Amino acid sequence: MPAIPTTTSARLAATGTMTPFAHVWSGVRRGALLPVATIAAIILAVWYLACLPMNRDLPQLAHVDGLIDRYRVAWSLERPLLPAPHQIATELFASTLGTPLLRETADGMVLNPRNLFTHAWVTVSATLTGFVIGLILGIALAIAIVHINALRMSLMPWIVASQTVPILAIAPIIIVALGSMGIVGLLPKAVISAYLSFFPVTIGMTKGFASPDAMLLDLMRTYSASPTEIFLKLRWPAAIPMLFSSLKVSISISLVGAIVGELPTGAQAGIGARLLSGSYYGQTVQIWSALTMAAIMASLLIAVIALAERLTLNAMGARP
Amino acid sequence: MNSEIAIDIRNLSLTFETGDSAVHALDNANLSVAKGEFVSFIGPSGCGKTTLLRVIADLETPTLGSITVNGMSAREARLNRHYGYVFQAPALYPWRTVEANVTLPLEIFGLPAAERRTRARTHLAMVNLAGFENKYPWQLSGGMQQRVSIARALSFEPELLLMDEPFGALDEISRDRLNEQLLKLWKKTGKTVVFVTHSIPEAVFLSTLIVVMSPRPGRIIDVIDCDLGDERTLDIRETPEFLKLAHRVREGLRAGHSYDD
Amino acid sequence: MSNAQTATAGNPVMRLVAVLALGTAVAIAALLLAHRGAGGLLALAVIVAWAALWYANVLWSRSQSLPNVLASLAGKGVPLVFGLTLVFLWEVACVGLKVPSVLLPAPSLILHKLLSSLPQLGADFVQTFVRAALPGWLIGSATGFAAALACDRYDFLRRGLLPIGNFVSALPIIGIAPILVMWFGFDWQSKAAVVVVMTFFPMLVNAVVGLSAAGRIERDLMHSYGASWLQTLLALRLPAAMPFLFNALKINASLALIGAIVAEFFGTPTLGMGFRISTEVGRMSLDMVWATIVVAAVAGSTFFGVLVLIEKKVTFWHPSNRR
Repeated sequence: MPAIPTTTSARLAATGTMTPFAHVWSGVRRGALLPVATIAAIILAVWYLACLPMNRDLPQLAHVDGLIDRYRVAWSLERPLLPAPHQIATELFASTLGTPLLRETADGMVLNPRNLFTHAWVTVSATLTGFVIGLILGIALAIAIVHINALRMSLMPWIVASQTVPILAIAPIIIVALGSMGIVGLLPKAVISAYLSFFPVTIGMTKGFASPDAMLLDLMRTYSASPTEIFLKLRWPAAIPMLFSSLKVSISISLVGAIVGELPTGAQAGIGARLLSGSYYGQTVQIWSALTMAAIMASLLIAVIALAERLTLNAMGARP
Repeated sequence: MNSEIAIDIRNLSLTFETGDSAVHALDNANLSVAKGEFVSFIGPSGCGKTTLLRVIADLETPTLGSITVNGMSAREARLNRHYGYVFQAPALYPWRTVEANVTLPLEIFGLPAAERRTRARTHLAMVNLAGFENKYPWQLSGGMQQRVSIARALSFEPELLLMDEPFGALDEISRDRLNEQLLKLWKKTGKTVVFVTHSIPEAVFLSTLIVVMSPRPGRIIDVIDCDLGDERTLDIRETPEFLKLAHRVREGLRAGHSYDD
Repeated sequence: MSNAQTATAGNPVMRLVAVLALGTAVAIAALLLAHRGAGGLLALAVIVAWAALWYANVLWSRSQSLPNVLASLAGKGVPLVFGLTLVFLWEVACVGLKVPSVLLPAPSLILHKLLSSLPQLGADFVQTFVRAALPGWLIGSATGFAAALACDRYDFLRRGLLPIGNFVSALPIIGIAPILVMWFGFDWQSKAAVVVVMTFFPMLVNAVVGLSAAGRIERDLMHSYGASWLQTLLALRLPAAMPFLFNALKINASLALIGAIVAEFFGTPTLGMGFRISTEVGRMSLDMVWATIVVAAVAGSTFFGVLVLIEKKVTFWHPSNRR
């Protein structure tokens, strides 16, 4: 029977060791294009059909008769409970490519808050900052844990236990605490993203650094290699695959952290802010397009990491 | 020995279509196995011996040619439970006790619980594992696990026993002991056994018929009648008759380019 | 070395106990001092206590020199000492440096608030965990498993749905919360719905992998018996999939709690852990927020612990669980 992953790597598996694009693409190569396209088409069809029953209580439909007419109205409501896919797509295009990106103000050209790209940028910049910080801290801590036994025994149980705790719930505290010190904007969100992404990186890299076979470590010992040499020549290369799977989990969690960080104090800019304002004002299409933008961002970020992974592993001579 | 035919293979060919090329696993194989025989398929890797065994078991479908097992098609033989299969690995389910593993096929065939239990105990005793019923597979050694696998294959008393290098993963000493036990079992039950191996001494020691095969493409080079008599002990491996047969097998393998690079 | 020196040098147990006792004593002294305000003496005491407790951990982790009883306790003892040290440092820093409680409340304040607000916290717990997270976890995992069974039975479905499932599970699904609030209203149903959506995909992906985890040889065996799809599923594929299913259930357990709490950030009636956090944060009473988080942490780890216990019973046969 094959070995099963631990909670950590199972989470890594469940949230995308196969990146969204890579999985679909390799599926295409394996001839899965037809099934994927069929299922996607079925989902789309069901969505369109569901628009009428979901929206039936809205006033615009009250006096419309005939199934075709009712559907036509249901697919072009202004504040639908369930917008039709083309409505979302139109709104998405209108609020990104259809709106000027820059705006003249008294302080010069700034990013136009009417453009969804602006909000995407606000969230992504916090995500990436937090992600990088979490990455550096996570790797540093993993190195320390692997080399100092007392640290490993002290910290690892807590780090593993932290997976069972809803750490995201601390986000509001961070925003408020830093806010009372005068730190607002990108940094608090980056802090949230950093501490969320730090855990998968630490766990993954600890596992990766400790992964070399006992035989390989013994070999290094016969060469009288120093711990630094063992680390650079054996542990680090052995941990690279684990690094990339941790990065994929880490970047998705960073994004979620940045979005959630925009909720508590009602931030003005960012995807989370758009979601919140959309729900306050009942602008369903705005919520859906913000959500789609978040999905696109997540896919792009993970695709970049997958690309980096492919290039690195190829350079290291791994099997395709 | 019965003159009834257990397995009849005519002009059998099997080609695997892999991504970039076709693999001719079997090329025009012809073989006739009588009931009660102990047949060995021997050859290097890639000669098609396992493939041929799997065709008999209806685990592969031939691309050309025909095969009958006990007078019916391989598929019917499988659905009518005419054979028990022993794999290279014990393939025991680790969440079942030894006894539950042996009763697995009996559960699937719908036998009542009491009968399942008696059969399991009988067959475990036959492979000298009485008393281990409530152990779990990982608590047993490799040789013992393989014996459980054999007991499982015999538990529903099929006429045929198909074995794919069952002792390949064991050390030589365990292998010798199990060879002896298998021979005793065969004597006692009178089944037809088809045995895949890549060990020449094992093939010559166990069989009444040896089928020598060669790779690329997989074909039958030689079929050797092996009459070393009824009472075989491990000592006969040093007798001249044994060495002559082993030599003939080796010549067959050489002729089939099995020793080439 | 004199006899006396060998006696003490050669008795690691005494050393460990001595250092631990020293560290604890100085820590308690530091805590008492802290109430008189910060100062050089306090700083010294903190540093000594910290160093002693860390050194105790270093000693304890060297299990080769310790008798078996102590060595086997090290796995639990070392992180415990570490955790308590951290709490001590937190407390002494907050009290000694008079850190405003809007920035970071001291552990003693949090404990006090926790104990005095138990009814409130209990009601929040019921609303979020019992009414939203738990049902959502059950429904999401069950439907995910059913979908995985369908994918297993019909290959076309597996090839089409699995890539889409992998894709969706990498997205920030929590963003769907405002939409579900709009559909299902402000009460627990919308939060449960968020949890269902969040837990569906990890279960789907893991269950599909798990259902094909049974080895090729084991499956050929069933084929040689002429077993039906259902017989093969019940006797082989389902038991073999259990490790994967439990992994998904454990992942889903943490996702469920996070989902239920964060979904409440988007709007909820006057009850719930997420609601409590966002309102008390607005009121700047961070001790209540931390108290809620402690409750959430205990709930999350207990839930997880129960699942681990059940998993150990069900997958007793797996190499990682064998005696």
